[in-house]
Amino acid sequence: MHEFSLCEALLRQVEAIAAAHRAQRVTMIRLRVGPLAGVEAALLERAFTLTRAGGVAEAAELVIVTAPIAIACRACGATAEVAANRLCCPACGGIDVRVTAGEELILESVELDIADDGAPAAAERKADCHV
Amino acid sequence: MCESCGCAVTARHAHPHPGHAEPGSGQAVAVMAGLLALNDAEAAHNRAHFDAHRLLVVNLMSSPGAGKTALLEATITAIGGGVRIGVIEGDLETENDAARIRAKGVPAVQITTGTACHLDARMVHEALHGLDLGGLDILFIENVGNLVCPAAFDLGQHRNVTLLSVTEGDDKPAKYPVIFRAADLVVLSKTDLLAVIDDFDPGRAEAAVRNLATAAPVIRVSARRPGGLQPWLDWLTAELARVRAATPGRASERALAAEYGR
Repeated sequence: MHEFSLCEALLRQVEAIAAAHRAQRVTMIRLRVGPLAGVEAALLERAFTLTRAGGVAEAAELVIVTAPIAIACRACGATAEVAANRLCCPACGGIDVRVTAGEELILESVELDIADDGAPAAAERKADCHV
Repeated sequence: MCESCGCAVTARHAHPHPGHAEPGSGQAVAVMAGLLALNDAEAAHNRAHFDAHRLLVVNLMSSPGAGKTALLEATITAIGGGVRIGVIEGDLETENDAARIRAKGVPAVQITTGTACHLDARMVHEALHGLDLGGLDILFIENVGNLVCPAAFDLGQHRNVTLLSVTEGDDKPAKYPVIFRAADLVVLSKTDLLAVIDDFDPGRAEAAVRNLATAAPVIRVSARRPGGLQPWLDWLTAELARVRAATPGRASERALAAEYGR
């Protein structure tokens, strides 16, 4: 259950970004999490709802994008989607493969309410920004 | 050691670089930063310390009870004084494992994580303050017994070793692919028990490791049988030589102080 540690790391990054942009609040956080990152998306979501409380991302929506695992075989050149515990090349059976997708644990983007000149954002402006 | 390097652990490498957003509302800001960027920067900092001392640092991972501490005790006995060993022990509670290691005459620092299920680079960094790295050749970091979480956190180690005891299922590598895939060496432990355990097939265990497309060696050890450690001791000797060859000692704590200083 290291998802709490990850959420704390995530929120530290997000808060730094929000501060750099003088954002009033964070409305959306988009992560990319591959199956080989060792992170359970459902647990991450649950941890996020607890960790975000009281901060600039308190009302933020967490969007977790997952991608299938893909390999490229260095021996025969085949590319394939594979399961987490079957990473060898399905074409030639070789183990000299490169995992081209599935290991990601990345903060892709955030959506911010940003005020002009650091002034509080106008109410109508806030209303526009829900995605 | 960190009086010399400053060690305000170097967050300066870890800040994600915020993208550019125009003032307005609902701005999407592209980030594309690793979620573990801060841990990774702290791990790189640990590694710089290890390399300055030309240490081999091995992160030992397994489920609880797979025999990590017993393997270390037997290793210390087998190596004698020839190679200077230090140990960082990670557990949720108690000093028990560090006490077992110290009883063998080897320096050990216990990290008690409370409820945290893994070690991270910062915990290891704090533990390093309790060790004289200059007096060591190999530092073992015995991670918290857990086949899931420790795999996600770089500690600054040079090699990952994952233990699988023969009292567990030989399909563990298929069930926990991330941690076995992270291993540079898979150790089948307690192999003296194979004589009385008929449902663990070392060949099947190795095949499950191979399915993860890793060439990591799978070796069989017994901490209880004379000679049962030989493949493990051979691997350690080879890896120590390899890490030493890659760190020719040009770095020093003083160079670190310049690089990471305040």
